[in-house]
Amino acid sequence: MAQPLVKKDDDRDDEVEYSPFLGIEKGLVLQEARAFHDPQLDARRCSQVITKLLYLLNQGETFTKIEATEVFFAVTKLFQSKDTGLRRMVYLIIKELSPSSDEVIIVTSSLMKDMNSKTDMYRANAIRVLCRITDGTLLTQIERYLKQAVVDKNPVVASAALVSGIHLLQTNPEIVKRWSNEVQEAVQSRAALVQFHALALLHQIRQNDRLAVSKLVTSLTKGAVRSPLAQCLLIRYTSQVIRETSNSQSGERPFFDFLESCLRHKAEMVIFEAARAITELSGVTNRELTPAITVLQLFLSSSKPVLRFAAVRTLNKVAMTHPLAVTNCNIDMESLISDQNRSIATLAITTLLKTGNESSVDRLMKQITNFMSDIADEFKIVVVEAIRSLCLKFPLKYRSLMNFLSNILREEGGFEYKKAIVDSIVILVRDIPDAKESGLIHLCEFIEDCEFTYLSTQILHFLGNEGPKTSDPTKFIRYIYNRVILENATVRAAAVSTLAKFGALVESLKPRIFVLLRRCLFDIDDEVRDRATLYLNTLGGDDSVGEIDNDVKEFLFGSLDVPLSNLEMSLQNYVPSEEPFDISSVPKEVKSQPLTEKKAPGKVPTGLGAPISNPTSTVDGYEKLLSSIPEFSSFGTLFKSSAPVELTEAETEYAVNVVKHIFDEHVVFQYNCTNTIPEQLLENVTVFVDASDAEEFSEVVSKPLRSLPYDSPGQTFVAFEKPAGVPAVGKFSNLLKFIVKEVDPATGETEDEGVEDEYQLEDLEIVAADYMLKVGVSNFRNAWESMDPDSERVDEYGLGARESLAEAVSAVITLLGMQPCEGTDAVPNNSRSHTCLLSGVFIGNVKVLVRLSFGIDGPKQVAMKLVVRSDDPAISDAIHEIVANG
Amino acid sequence: MAHSYGEYSKESYPSVKNILLLDSEGKRVAVKYFSDDWPTLAAKLSFEKSLFAKTVKTNARSEAEITMFDSYIVVYKFVQDLHFFVTAGSDENELILAAVLQGFFDAVGLLLRNDVEKRTALENLDLILLCIDEIIDGGIILETDANTIAGKVATNGGDNTVTFSEQTLSQAFATAREHLARSLLN
Repeated sequence: MAQPLVKKDDDRDDEVEYSPFLGIEKGLVLQEARAFHDPQLDARRCSQVITKLLYLLNQGETFTKIEATEVFFAVTKLFQSKDTGLRRMVYLIIKELSPSSDEVIIVTSSLMKDMNSKTDMYRANAIRVLCRITDGTLLTQIERYLKQAVVDKNPVVASAALVSGIHLLQTNPEIVKRWSNEVQEAVQSRAALVQFHALALLHQIRQNDRLAVSKLVTSLTKGAVRSPLAQCLLIRYTSQVIRETSNSQSGERPFFDFLESCLRHKAEMVIFEAARAITELSGVTNRELTPAITVLQLFLSSSKPVLRFAAVRTLNKVAMTHPLAVTNCNIDMESLISDQNRSIATLAITTLLKTGNESSVDRLMKQITNFMSDIADEFKIVVVEAIRSLCLKFPLKYRSLMNFLSNILREEGGFEYKKAIVDSIVILVRDIPDAKESGLIHLCEFIEDCEFTYLSTQILHFLGNEGPKTSDPTKFIRYIYNRVILENATVRAAAVSTLAKFGALVESLKPRIFVLLRRCLFDIDDEVRDRATLYLNTLGGDDSVGEIDNDVKEFLFGSLDVPLSNLEMSLQNYVPSEEPFDISSVPKEVKSQPLTEKKAPGKVPTGLGAPISNPTSTVDGYEKLLSSIPEFSSFGTLFKSSAPVELTEAETEYAVNVVKHIFDEHVVFQYNCTNTIPEQLLENVTVFVDASDAEEFSEVVSKPLRSLPYDSPGQTFVAFEKPAGVPAVGKFSNLLKFIVKEVDPATGETEDEGVEDEYQLEDLEIVAADYMLKVGVSNFRNAWESMDPDSERVDEYGLGARESLAEAVSAVITLLGMQPCEGTDAVPNNSRSHTCLLSGVFIGNVKVLVRLSFGIDGPKQVAMKLVVRSDDPAISDAIHEIVANG
Repeated sequence: MAHSYGEYSKESYPSVKNILLLDSEGKRVAVKYFSDDWPTLAAKLSFEKSLFAKTVKTNARSEAEITMFDSYIVVYKFVQDLHFFVTAGSDENELILAAVLQGFFDAVGLLLRNDVEKRTALENLDLILLCIDEIIDGGIILETDANTIAGKVATNGGDNTVTFSEQTLSQAFATAREHLARSLLN
């Protein structure tokens, strides 16, 4: 079958001549299109001209507005021809020309005629064209025909109407929703594709109605769905239903039998869809996984690359959460490393890296090295990340893994790839003591020839923290000072800071560092000069004597204890005046961060290219809002505002959520209310709060909302007093009270008389975590050691049977409401033990650090050791109390 | 203005982002995009160029091949100097895409009477374009069975499509094809 694919150079001239479109020109073709106006239409010739026009469009040629309009008008003339071949081409080019709405009118009647033609091909195509180019107003005119077409006995016509319905649902949902009955009938069609399209549309129509989707799935999983494509849809919708219903952990998972039975379907696409669906079930058990893994394993040795790819990709995902379940496939996986398809090979490698054991590391690394050069950057990143986690899993193997990383660091590659490697080395240096010296030298060699400023500064910062602690800090100085000579201003400034850190920590190096820093005083860049001056002064470079005191170390190594984005916001709001900027006024709350943060644990706060742009500061917004209300002005500084907690179900008449604002002696509940009924106006809206289950709280102020019109959110507040500095907890029940007035939505007129009414909201709780701010520290060990050991409180707790270690860890983090540090909230798969580091600020501005050590045994019993240090020993005790009561 | 159809979630139904038919140098023979992921001609051409470069050395002649590319899944198959591609989002069921590709590939084979190469494809560009139009509508799969697709392209009505076989098909448009080719050359 294989034939020589390219006729090489000598033949090429001949080949070009064969093209029927040789020398084609837009201008000439547009002239040829005048043939469309001939009274005696030559159908074949017109078809050819349309083909030429389509060829031009396909090659990326564009028509001006005038040209397009002219062609469109000419094409409309062709409806006079009875030639079916030509008509097909007319339909095609109308879709390509995308006529404007005033132009559409010209073809509407012709298309509507075709829609009612006796020729099925005309009907089907006219529906597709008309629905593509039409707007809402026209749609109401043709709706009747479309509805009929959905149940047309010709499957092509029915499919055309159904597919058009799926598209129209995006723009005119109210019209398409009226076809429900017809679509439902079409689902029962004997034609395979009609069933597929009808099922897709029906699901789209009902997707927001959980019950309806559930009913649909229930009835169809019992019956016979004919086409494999429709069966795939049914599997998707079934998993959706499973996802939404299975809250209870006990008992059989609904519809699992159906998914499992699909694994025995005759079509491969259905088998695969079902296997994938099973692996993606939340909390899937090993017993449920087994049959799915078995069919995927069979696919691994298929002769079809697509099948192998699909299977290995799915197993790769499974390996992230259930590595043991995949180990059975390891032999098949290993043979895929040499697969001609590099995507398959990469996926196989990374799966093996996740499931492999210590003895297989060296063999795997050898195989990877061979193929690393011929895969794309995006795959390389995947491999690097897999190797990083492997190295953390088997620290003894650091030598071969570190060598591998440093080798690939020297090769060509883009920023993302290089960053992934640097991040990995940084993590290994930090977490594996034996790897420190060699890792730092690899990084130093890398910055000698690094084109990425961001990476250079990141490495310099890291070097400043870790380099001085090595056995021979001197050897790093040359690399660092080279940066001052050779690089751009940003890197030079970073290098100056790094030099200063060496000077501060290594007494013997100090005089030499001063010499180097003094040279930097003549740098052409302000920032570099300023930093050099600053460090010379703080380190005592001028009189070159004296101990470096703790303040200096704190200044050089301490982390900024406020999030950078908050600082930026506060600085922007700062108005230059007599009063200096006060850094303690910057809110410390870490805003919810995107997940990407987790993927780059090596990130250090160099302040350069601050990667996370937070959404607009809500903390700031709340502060402004609350300080604008006189009743709350005496409460002092806002300590923390919670994320909004929903107090109503989705899609109810009134949507209410609450934000808890914590002050030292007060708590303010901010109820955000939305009225979703156009026919109502609510007035004098208050929330009646019953605090009988919250003994330490007493209500002081309730601030009603005067009026709450339809769809324009408003707030009402209730404030409570509580004992100062005490993390009082309690439960509050809420009742929304208001006066409701009828509104005529057409005129907007409101009736004068209103009726009192009330609406039960869900309860809300003040928990211990509400008194804790998530404030991270960049170097946990330093921070920990700088705290008074006498404040330390240690105790052990049994957490009972837990689903997994990861679940137990996340439960404790949530309970305490603290910021996980250094990515320790991520629990590696299969770990039997885990240490998690947390940091936060407790009410009263008390810094708290927590070290959690978890262990899990066979029957999933989890034990935990909790070590707390804080600025105030009483708070250390309080943290233990929270855990003991949680 | 025609609607540009939006993107749909994996939840709803399989969705195809583009169908490409390129020659052995990566130049376009026929392409159709169903997604706004590539808003400009330059973006489209650059996607085609990198995709071609990435796949050209692979052997996708006996079996369809597959790759992950820019967070898309692309299935592809080559014959003579023609390269067939079907692209979808990274969550798509690979085997469904393979079915679309196979339908496209085989239907073109039927329509060109197994004389599948760039020259015949260009001479019958109308058939190729109609073929793509019968496979995907605005990203939604219309049909994957090659006989049905070729039947819909080559016949005048939709009535007898299901029973259309290769034999009758060849006869049905042999003459038409020759006429068209000749007149385009003039």
